[in-house]
Amino acid sequence: MQYFQKDLETMSADQKKVLQSERLVKMVKYVYENQLPYRAKMDVIKLKPSDIKSIDDIYKLPYTVKQDLRDAYPFGMMARPRKDLVRLHASSATTGKLTVAGYTMNDIDVWGECAARSLVMAGADENSIVHVAYGYGLFTGGLGMHYGGEKLGACVVPASAGNTQKQIQLIADFGADIICCTPSYIIYLADEIEKLGLKPGVDIKLKGGVFGAEAWSEGMRETIEKRLGIRACDIYGLSEIAGPGVACDCEFKTGMHIQDDHFFPEIVDVDTLEPLPYGESGELVFTTLTKEGMPLIRYRTRDIASLNNDPCPCGRTTVKLNKITGRSDDMLIIRGVNVFPSQIESVLLKNADIQPHYHINVDRVNNLDTMEIVVELSPNVSLDEVAHVEEIRKRLASDMASALSVSAKITLVSPGTVTRSEGKAKRITDKRKL
Amino acid sequence: MIKQVAVFLENKAGKASACCKVLKDAGVNLLALSIADTQDFGILRLITENNEKALSALKGAGYIASEVELVGVEVSDKAGALSDLLIVLGDHNVSVEYMYSYAERDGHAKIAFKTATPDKAIAVLEGAGAKVI
Repeated sequence: MQYFQKDLETMSADQKKVLQSERLVKMVKYVYENQLPYRAKMDVIKLKPSDIKSIDDIYKLPYTVKQDLRDAYPFGMMARPRKDLVRLHASSATTGKLTVAGYTMNDIDVWGECAARSLVMAGADENSIVHVAYGYGLFTGGLGMHYGGEKLGACVVPASAGNTQKQIQLIADFGADIICCTPSYIIYLADEIEKLGLKPGVDIKLKGGVFGAEAWSEGMRETIEKRLGIRACDIYGLSEIAGPGVACDCEFKTGMHIQDDHFFPEIVDVDTLEPLPYGESGELVFTTLTKEGMPLIRYRTRDIASLNNDPCPCGRTTVKLNKITGRSDDMLIIRGVNVFPSQIESVLLKNADIQPHYHINVDRVNNLDTMEIVVELSPNVSLDEVAHVEEIRKRLASDMASALSVSAKITLVSPGTVTRSEGKAKRITDKRKL
Repeated sequence: MIKQVAVFLENKAGKASACCKVLKDAGVNLLALSIADTQDFGILRLITENNEKALSALKGAGYIASEVELVGVEVSDKAGALSDLLIVLGDHNVSVEYMYSYAERDGHAKIAFKTATPDKAIAVLEGAGAKVI
């Protein structure tokens, strides 16, 4: 199977522009009428929906930012009444408040189609067994690829995250040919497969996979492709826009094909917010062209990347997203989970045995992200037994794990040990080499 | 009872040295020292001639230091003396969290230990004829 939806994926530039223009005009009108926070933004600059006549007018529209979503928590950005929403996803945010995304049945269908297009890019078809090792839950990874696989007509194994030995058994016994997980996890799986003495191509039938939710390098791609003998595709998505499948690599790796009949991308200068041409690096901005539940216009993703519009040998005519190179804020992505230093701070502040002076060390050991939080003990604690210190450490580690949804090693140090800095503290050392 | 000073130290080169330097500068003489260590940190336990001075110097230098009471007992200088005492304590269900030995200038060997039930420990030891400090 070469394409999932050939007509849509290979349409000419002119056709695409007509489609995008039609959809944008409708979308702006829809949002103006149904999403009050955005309507207020348009009113402030006296912009009327009728001012938007084609996709070329998109630059006139105000941006939507993450804070708008937080301010509207939980349902203020929804453009449809509750009865039309069939699914909610959410991702963690700095304030501890979640960023919520609501989907109508149509949104789920569109997202599923985009995820299906992605799976086909990785080599899947209706005969495939798709092993989904992303977590299932509020995180969009698991359910997103699950619905994509079903949309494709493939057979989906909803393995979810964790229990590596069982995952390998399922992959081997069921003969999965396509896998979906984070790039760090597939490398971990490759290690474990090797330890068990199983041979890729013989015991393990994988031939392709989509890997996303965290940043990874070309070097990692080569490693994955070589060790498992598979096609490793980078997949991009975010719950605010849809989830995994917003963009994905094809076999030619010319950049991730953005499903731009549904999601219109722009790159803007981080400081001036002026749109930038293809090839230049800046903040990635998306406008949903067909979304009903939570449409977003010019949503600033905070991801730093560039676009390219070079022709791709695969025949798809979409604009392509080059690898994400960073974040415009201080968010860390640890094993696919968003972690904000402020979340760590709020846990520390609740514990009287320690002081909120901390430093985060992030590294990648055996291809898995590790996070160490170095934190100062309070000078007022009384400690004469190792068990006392261990107790404080364990309690903190468990509070941290439940607040962050990812585990961290806690290292306790003496008061005054963590470097103080004036102004904006440099609290993170990220040693991961991507 | 014996008063001990406990200090939290990171398990890194130079940490114990820096701590002892603080005590040296404060003119505090040490009578005994024991370290409980893990991979990441250690707890230095000291018996000093002047705990008050030691604590104020250490706290002033930013250390986590606190005073803890231990049960002290003299042990005769002969094989099996310590074993006999521990057997008595064990028979009476007194559990010892940690212990170490030290000597004062009188030349007698002494044992200091931490227990959750010091009053009972003292009674048991005295009942067995040991000299509790």
